Amino acid sequence: MAEVILTGVNKWYDAHVHAVKDVNLHAHDREFMVFVGPSGCGKTTTLRMIAGLEEISSGEIRIGPRIVNDLPPMDRDIAMVFQNYALYPHKSVYDNMAFGLQMRKFAKEEIAKRVKEAAAILGIEPLLQRKPRQLSGGQRQRVALGRAIVRHPSLFLFDEPLSNLDAKLRVQMRVELKRLHERLETTAIYVTHDQVEAMTLGDRVVVMKDGVVQQVGEPMELYGKPANKFVAGFIGSPAMNFAEVTIAESAGALWAEATGIRVKVPPASTAAMRPHTGKHATLGVRPEALRLANGSDPAEYVFDATVDVVEPLGAEILLNISAGPHALVARVDPGVTVKMHDKVRLAFDPAKLHFFDHSSEAAL
Amino acid sequence: MVIERKWKKVVYFYVPLALFILFTLFPFYWMAVTALRPDPELYRSWRASNATPFWTLEPTFEHFVGLLQTTAFPQWLWNTMLIAIVSTVISLICGMFAGYALARLKFKGSEFLGTAIFITYLVPQTLLFIPLADIIRNMHLGNTPWALMLTYPTILIPFCTWLLMGYFKTIPKELEECARIDGATRFGAMVRIIFPVAVPGILSAGIFAFTLSWNEFIYALVFLSSVENKTVPVGVVSELIRGDIFFWGQLMAGALLGSVPVALVYSFFVEYYVAGLTGSVKG
Repeated sequence: MAEVILTGVNKWYDAHVHAVKDVNLHAHDREFMVFVGPSGCGKTTTLRMIAGLEEISSGEIRIGPRIVNDLPPMDRDIAMVFQNYALYPHKSVYDNMAFGLQMRKFAKEEIAKRVKEAAAILGIEPLLQRKPRQLSGGQRQRVALGRAIVRHPSLFLFDEPLSNLDAKLRVQMRVELKRLHERLETTAIYVTHDQVEAMTLGDRVVVMKDGVVQQVGEPMELYGKPANKFVAGFIGSPAMNFAEVTIAESAGALWAEATGIRVKVPPASTAAMRPHTGKHATLGVRPEALRLANGSDPAEYVFDATVDVVEPLGAEILLNISAGPHALVARVDPGVTVKMHDKVRLAFDPAKLHFFDHSSEAAL
Repeated sequence: MVIERKWKKVVYFYVPLALFILFTLFPFYWMAVTALRPDPELYRSWRASNATPFWTLEPTFEHFVGLLQTTAFPQWLWNTMLIAIVSTVISLICGMFAGYALARLKFKGSEFLGTAIFITYLVPQTLLFIPLADIIRNMHLGNTPWALMLTYPTILIPFCTWLLMGYFKTIPKELEECARIDGATRFGAMVRIIFPVAVPGILSAGIFAFTLSWNEFIYALVFLSSVENKTVPVGVVSELIRGDIFFWGQLMAGALLGSVPVALVYSFFVEYYVAGLTGSVKG
């Protein structure tokens, strides 16, 4: 049981590459924290620094009560699951799981007890005598998890553990991981590039880009109140629609205007947007905040568009539409009947409009 | 390879293969037949009516018996074995550690060191034995097995280092990182995880080192002088050709016995050898 605190952590490679920039994080005890971001964003490097596999260039890492900056990986009381599982190919499943305990000089009976216990939790008891090469991908994944949990560490680290599995198994293991975390009540830090994984697993999610933490928050908070344009575009699938607009004042109200789209700035945002009058900004709207307009929609939140592609997904339909030069995606009810090249009228949900600064891309 | 017509398979596959096997194995066969031939048959003219150049009618072990009883051949065999094993062990140990360091540790000059080791491998033995002879003489190691046990590694270590460096690089570094998180030190992870996983590579480096030292000729010829200290390749050639008389039967018997250990080593480990030269490790 431990909390993890990163204070001003930096990582430089060869004095040219600043891979991780001044990261400050606090993972609470028993929390499941997920680092997510595009490849090269520094999430794996941060994880490896917590593990002690990479040295930190400056800053401080604390696991539980101890500052671990100079502790070797073995003394940090952590367990890590790697993307390629990293099972020892010359050892049986049992010995793979027992290795960490053997290295720590546990009694034989205790080792056997713990391995059996972990194997039971993961349902791999029949596989204990096999070698890793005789296992399927999902089984290897379980063994890798088992090897981590037998140690009863105070912190679990996961480095994209599901990305080598096929799509169906990935969803299944995702649920199991979540359940396992509930059961073990141990702090976990999990790295992934898949935002769905991040949202479903994380108690809190850390979005990173170019070595900088963009936002830390609970999944729904990231989704509903993204701190900047990057987080807004990265979280959610299909991604948020963006349009470059100009803020103009007319008849006492603020309007966001672009070719083909003219939308009134909702009252809640008016105060924040007033200083930007006459300037450019980015309008963001999620696909589900767009719907086909009916007669009762106020005219200031409605615009005309042409349907380019219809993607019927079953539970919903995605409409790829264009309004002037803007290509947008709308998520509409499955009952809607529209065809390609249809002219449609769409309405924004005024409560779900996002505005971002044109240059800093911060949310306004 | 799928060849649909039977005659094509014979012409393009079996015939060339048969020719190749014949070509490579014939010297070995000739050696064996000559070793088993009685002397009168050996010195019979090819034009004689009862000549049987490609086989023997009265196989005999007299050359083997003569070789083992009248020459120091058993002693040579023992010398060769000892020297080959010791220099292989020395080279393997150095090669494993050096190869691991070059493959995994980042330190100043590691690339230069890697290249430098490779370059030493390129210096021909026929040149290197001249300075080495001087060193051996100054250290008073001449005419002792140590002269060879210490000079063979000069060619074997660079080879072992390079082969093992390549092999270690194919082993995912996560294995080692995982071991270090599991509670092993860097050295412990190397010994407990990386070396066992690299067994095919280590074996093939060992086989190569062993055969090279077993067959080595120039250093053995130069550094050893007394009959009882010689190795098989040098002993057979220098003691069984007296003046201009070739003791063909005993020569071939010696060559045959001398190549048996190497052949045995290869046949036992051939699968590892191939895996070591071509293989990689899956996690």
